[in-house]
Amino acid sequence: MNRFDYTRPASVAEAVQAGTGEQVRYLAGGTNLIDLMKENVDQPTTVIDINRLPLNAIEELDGGGLRLGALVPNSDTAWDARVEQRYPLLSSAILAGASPQLRNAATNGGNLNQRTRCYYFYDVATPCNKRKPGSGCGAIGGVNRIHAILGASDQCIATHPSDMCVALAVLDAIVQVTGPEGDRAIPIADYHRLPGDEPWRDNTLRPGELVTGIDLPAEDFTKNYTYLKLRDRLSYAFALVSIAVAMRIEGSTIAEARVALGGVAHKPWRSTEAEKLLKGQQPSPQTFSAFADALLAGAVGQCKNDFKIPLARKGIVRALKQAAEATPQSQTDKRIA
Amino acid sequence: MSIAVNSATYAAMPIGRVPTKLTINGETRTRAIEPWTTLLDLLREGEDLIGTKKGCDHGQCGACTVLVDGRRINSCLKLAVTLDGADITTIEGLGQPGKLHPLQSAFCDHDAFQCGYCTPGQICSAQGLINEGKARTREEVRELMSGNLCRCGAYTNIIDAVLDVIGEQV
Repeated sequence: MNRFDYTRPASVAEAVQAGTGEQVRYLAGGTNLIDLMKENVDQPTTVIDINRLPLNAIEELDGGGLRLGALVPNSDTAWDARVEQRYPLLSSAILAGASPQLRNAATNGGNLNQRTRCYYFYDVATPCNKRKPGSGCGAIGGVNRIHAILGASDQCIATHPSDMCVALAVLDAIVQVTGPEGDRAIPIADYHRLPGDEPWRDNTLRPGELVTGIDLPAEDFTKNYTYLKLRDRLSYAFALVSIAVAMRIEGSTIAEARVALGGVAHKPWRSTEAEKLLKGQQPSPQTFSAFADALLAGAVGQCKNDFKIPLARKGIVRALKQAAEATPQSQTDKRIA
Repeated sequence: MSIAVNSATYAAMPIGRVPTKLTINGETRTRAIEPWTTLLDLLREGEDLIGTKKGCDHGQCGACTVLVDGRRINSCLKLAVTLDGADITTIEGLGQPGKLHPLQSAFCDHDAFQCGYCTPGQICSAQGLINEGKARTREEVRELMSGNLCRCGAYTNIIDAVLDVIGEQV
């Protein structure tokens, strides 16, 4: 790990004041940043320890939503009684990720801002446009089993590794940030970005901006939901494909359905246009298959990850069935019903 | 007593050591720590507490698991200076020769290890699991112990040992 200046600001304002500069990093739980520093993928000259800042509460919002403080650990968020009762999809997605130890340290803000686990991004001996702009992409034509099938560019095929963010995409969460130019509220759909020709930019944060919280709008997706995560081993592994579904069923028809995919793109993958195919329909394998094809329109394999396209298609159909039948995937009993 | 964090002290601190107070296994120690030192390296190399093991050093194996304020974390991914004022428990603080912690006794009774390298992390993790109070069934214990790898493959017996201490039917 490289040497760096360590600062511990006493207020959010002080943190933001210190937070501008290319090689300045905010340190929260550290479960990703410290690892990146050990691998020399990231070599900040200044590390700002934000762990003492008052961003560690889960609060009620006017109108029935919740604000998740940026520094609340993932485990405390997943096991918060209000989150469990009102946003069980979010609890389930968080508990599908990482390990108990990592979830105890990792924070909500850090989960949003974690970097890809692309092997080439992590290996400084290989080219990577995300790590070193202009150096090329080792994953294209390389070992790309875990890489993107949607929204990739000819410069980068990395995926965003989060489970939590896939649920947040379905819940229409709002990311609250503050920075040198004041506060902003960023809809989750606009927070992460596709790689395009600037793959080094994971998200739309501006220099020096700090995530302060994540707002969950009031929703009632407490019955018909699921988080189905498909991976190489049943625990403690990143998703090859994951599917978050939130649905409202009125009578025998789908009044609303939202679906986001993890593990397939540079950001949680969702199409509100495709979701219109589910609205007003009876739950059925045909309806679910038609939707899966629409959501996966334009999917392209990179050779080693070609399997992800049929896996995603089948996973979407299965997850929609789980949600429609109100039998959400258990994150302890891993059998897929 | 925790150290008051004064921004005037820290804001412009140059590269150097940071005064940090840690209570480790009940003993309060104040140390001047280089900011890039992980808790794991501090414990093993600075405090001579070598019960905590370094496996992967990347948060992928759980061998370095310790309890910070009663919560289990990977000590390899935590900078020690960020824990100023924290209460840390390592395997040395859970039990002693002749006075084993119930989890240590249960690991012996159930033959829950072979080489033993992952065992301190397994036991600290199990204590964290018990503190969390979320695991009751075998499946729940299995899932919530999944952050600790055992390359010898003693998993079945580890789950038996943890369940034994939780007091559920094995």
